[in-house]
Formats: sequence, C-alpha cells, structure tokens
Amino acid sequence: MANILKVKAKASGGKTQVKMMAKHVMESGQRKDSKTGELIPALFLNNLVVKHADKVVFEANLGPAVSKNPYIAFDFEGGAKGDELVMMWSENTGKSATETAAIK
Amino acid sequence: MSMNRRTVVKAIATGGVLIGASVLMPRLALAAWNKNAFEAKDQMSAMKALLGEGAVEDSAEVTLKAPDIAENGAVVPVTVESSMAGVESMSIFIEGNPSPLAAEFIIPAGTMADVSTRVRMGKTSKVTAVVKANGKLYSASKEVKVTIGGCGG
Repeated sequence: MANILKVKAKASGGKTQVKMMAKHVMESGQRKDSKTGELIPALFLNNLVVKHADKVVFEANLGPAVSKNPYIAFDFEGGAKGDELVMMWSENTGKSATETAAIK
Repeated sequence: MSMNRRTVVKAIATGGVLIGASVLMPRLALAAWNKNAFEAKDQMSAMKALLGEGAVEDSAEVTLKAPDIAENGAVVPVTVESSMAGVESMSIFIEGNPSPLAAEFIIPAGTMADVSTRVRMGKTSKVTAVVKANGKLYSASKEVKVTIGGCGG
C-alpha cells in the first residue's frame, strides 16, 4: 500500500525535529452527503506511534477534530543522520500500517 | 448537527463494531485510544474520561499557541508547549466542538513537551491545552474566533 505519511526528520545539536503530514481525509462522521442526505461514515486516523531505535519517542491519539491531512510536529532527544524512524498508524476502522523514514 | 433516533442507533452499532475490532486486533500502542473521552459531548466529561478526576490548574508553564482569529475553522494551527519537567501527556480540547477532545499526545521521557498540529473548529470557542506532568494536570486556554466553521458540509 502506498505510504500516507510524509516525514521530514532532521537531526541537529543532539535533537531530532520531526514534522509529519499524513494524507488522510479525517472524515468526522458528522458531515452529510449533499446528494443523498446520508451521514458520511467516520474515517480518521486515531493513533500514531513513532519509534526510534525500538524506543517509542512519540504517540498521538487523534479524534476527528484533527484537520484533514493531519500535521504533527515534535522534537526528541537523540537521533542521528541516517537513523530510521518507524511510524505505526491506525484508523478508527481498525486498519493499520507501518511506515519508515530516515532522519536527515 | 441533528441527533435523531437513526443516527443514535447507527452510532451505537458502529461503536459496537469498533469495540469488537479492538479486542481482536493486537494492540500496537501503549495507551489505547480512549473512546469515551473522544466521544464525550462536553468538555468536562471528556477531560474526566481521559485524564481522571484530578483538579486542573491553570499554569503559566503551559503555553498554548493558536491564532486569535482563524479565518478557516477547518485548519487551525495549534502548538502546545510546556517548560515543566516530567511531562507525560498533552491534550487539546475545543469546547465548542461536538466532541471537545481533539487530540492527545503522549510524551515519553526524552521527547520535548512541544507539539504542533492543526485542528478543526466548528465555531468560535475556547481552546484548552491540558498538560499532565508528574501525575498532576495543568492547563492553558485561549479563545479563538472562527470566521468559517470547519465541521459543516
């Protein structure tokens, strides 16, 4: 499956700055289809875990109030150029996947 | 948003499916997605469901950055920062949204208490960041005016 996360991670001064953007509709389940008047079922990312060297460095639990194509930025101590970050995400439907990105 | 019988029944039905799925799925995460907190309709019950009964104290060591006026409620940039040590989690609540809890960030040791994201706001409302540090709750709030809501459709 195609990756949905775009990750920019940059190491400097002993810290790594991570900026992530997920390509996702984040459907809240509260909008109505303008043609049928039926509610569009909720479909959103509800969990995102970032690991560096097998250690969890960040975890987010998201609700549908997070904007479409969610953007999250955070910093953690450690990390070096070339290290791998592992991102695990899941949707409210239970669908999940793991993606990786390198620190620059 | 109208709450008629049909939507309520549907919500209960999908909720049941989700619970079933989460039982079958191996948990990847450390902290489970708190369904009660994310689906709570008012801020007090969302906070209680997520963070427990503890008192929330306003603190100058919690910084909430958000615009004074958000032209587009669909994309409101929010940054939560704290200078405190021992931060365990940071959560964002939007009082005027149908479900006030927007996001919860777990901050393991070694990660900075400084997270940025973008949230939806249905209407002008108070935005509150709650930081859990050393088992206690601290908060900062800010009123954000929304010109165009981000929850309609």
